[in-house]
Amino acid sequence: MSILQFDKKQEMLRKTVKEFVEKEIVPIAAEIDEQDIFPEELFQKMGQMGYNGIFVPREYGGAGMGYTERAILLEEISRHSAGLAMAVMTHHLGVAAILDFGTEEQKKKYLPDLCSGKKIGGLAVTEPSGGSDLMGHQSTGEKIGEGWVLNGRKCFITNSHVADVSVVTVRTGEDAKGRPALSGFIIEKGTEGFAPGHKENKFGLRGSVMGDLNINDCHVSSEALLGQEGKAAKIALSTIGGVGRPGMAAISVGILRACLEESVKFAKERVIYGKPLAKVPAIQSIIAKNRIDYEAGMLLTYQAIGIKDTGERSDTQSAIAKHYTTEAAVVAAKRTIDLMGGYGCINEYPAGRYLRDAMTTIPSGGTTQIMELVIAGASLA
Amino acid sequence: MKERRILVCIKPVPDPEHYDEIRIDPTSKTLVRSGIPAVINPNDKNAIEAALEVREYWGGTVELLSMAPPDAEENLREGLAMGADKAYLLSDRSFAGSDTLATARVLAAGVEKIGSFDLVITGSESADGGTTNVSPQLGEMLGLPHVCNVESIKPQNEGQWQLNVKIEEGYMEVEGPTPMVIGVNHKINIPRYTTVMGIMEAEDKEVVIWSAADLGIDNGKVGLTGSPTQPGGLHEPKLQRAGELLEGEPEVVVDKLIKLLRQAGVLNA
Repeated sequence: MSILQFDKKQEMLRKTVKEFVEKEIVPIAAEIDEQDIFPEELFQKMGQMGYNGIFVPREYGGAGMGYTERAILLEEISRHSAGLAMAVMTHHLGVAAILDFGTEEQKKKYLPDLCSGKKIGGLAVTEPSGGSDLMGHQSTGEKIGEGWVLNGRKCFITNSHVADVSVVTVRTGEDAKGRPALSGFIIEKGTEGFAPGHKENKFGLRGSVMGDLNINDCHVSSEALLGQEGKAAKIALSTIGGVGRPGMAAISVGILRACLEESVKFAKERVIYGKPLAKVPAIQSIIAKNRIDYEAGMLLTYQAIGIKDTGERSDTQSAIAKHYTTEAAVVAAKRTIDLMGGYGCINEYPAGRYLRDAMTTIPSGGTTQIMELVIAGASLA
Repeated sequence: MKERRILVCIKPVPDPEHYDEIRIDPTSKTLVRSGIPAVINPNDKNAIEAALEVREYWGGTVELLSMAPPDAEENLREGLAMGADKAYLLSDRSFAGSDTLATARVLAAGVEKIGSFDLVITGSESADGGTTNVSPQLGEMLGLPHVCNVESIKPQNEGQWQLNVKIEEGYMEVEGPTPMVIGVNHKINIPRYTTVMGIMEAEDKEVVIWSAADLGIDNGKVGLTGSPTQPGGLHEPKLQRAGELLEGEPEVVVDKLIKLLRQAGVLNA
């Protein structure tokens, strides 16, 4: 009996997502990784399934579930394609930012299409000045009449080249203490002066596009402003901390489960010294450690997300979950490759992909060191 | 046009992912299902899909019926999440061990208690028993025309349906009026995915649970007592491989291989 209990609705969700993943994603998972292609048609299908707006209320076109169910969805997708899960996770960031901070008009305008699969969302915060240095924004927004003109460059932006609706943060002034004040804007694809730039060639989480967004004299109306002027640091921190990091943790739990299941499968099937590899104590040790990391990751992740679903803030728990699961996934993937011996280094086996994907989860949504700052800050407060 | 009322009979069966854990009780010679998760019989998902497609064209309701233990409510919820409107679960200890005839009796009693239907759709075959008996037995007990192994259902004029039935060497087209019982095969369609919205909507849909007493059914006609067929001896097949090394030039080896395959009935002459 586990302290972690899912209700019948959540169990049914997991089962039905698993069926969808097995039929639609598993057959193309290796190709997604090898070609680094974002399967746009599949993303639309996932919208029709209710995945793209799973935590959005029905009145805005969402499925009406919560963040725990979103984590189940991300875990199941990531079990076979962490790259695609990353694209979905990032789409959810754009959705969440509008849901949590948008006006009623903005929610009604953008959320239905974002939930249905018609449009893809994104969140653009990181700049060349540093993703960890949120307040070091160089991108600017200047009020011109009733609207704004934006300038700058964003980098390491997931969904950069595919997002139809992006939430972008820029520096628009200073607060009373002279500190940078950030504002958030909803910018649609095709807006003059706003375009994707360089596309990165990542070694992990392939299948989710990542690159630059170039903002050159981009004029937007006042209706594009998300939340209050000068208060977008809250949007960024709240969305990344409360939606992004739990999402990364769920993706890493998927990778951890993949390592466990693949190591068990390989150990049972591979015969060495005349018996299954699973009989070798050193191999059993690897499997035990993979299991421990997976179960611990599950508990930390779903605890953090469960707190969020009650309406309470879960920044510290999310940082703990993200820290643990992303680092553990790297170690588990390496162990799985070790268990498989030479086969672990062959691309026909997915273990190498698990390691590359796990490595790439670490700087996504805040590095391990930033997580430690968050956790220590909460502990010492 | 009159709204259609369609009933789909479904059966929970052991989850194929857990087949390696299944044991047979040597005394009762029945499957030990305890601890094995159950899923909707795959062919019954084809039946649900067929019913939903009929409803999409002609309107009406799709209701589910199952004879199963109490935890089958989860499987019925999944059927409701696919899009069915209401579900009935016939559940009683006395039903345990029912063969196909006893099962058909219980289902027939359930159908009669629910009311009249235009179509009763079932899967032709279950993944566990695989007898294909229940659908025609149900049809007989309800006194309705019944057809099995149906691969397509096409509405004709009011009340008439054209069915394509798979037979050994081809297909047979039959036409008949509702009400009728149709057993569909797995090729009739690809069952739709269950959406998140469907899962949410299923929470508010009704699942009615009836016992043997609610059905007014004679306990002597159900369960092991009411089953004229009883499991016989259990024999575990022994899998053996016969190996023969074919040597020689490739053309000679190929000729030998073709001859052996023909002898084994694997390759047609």
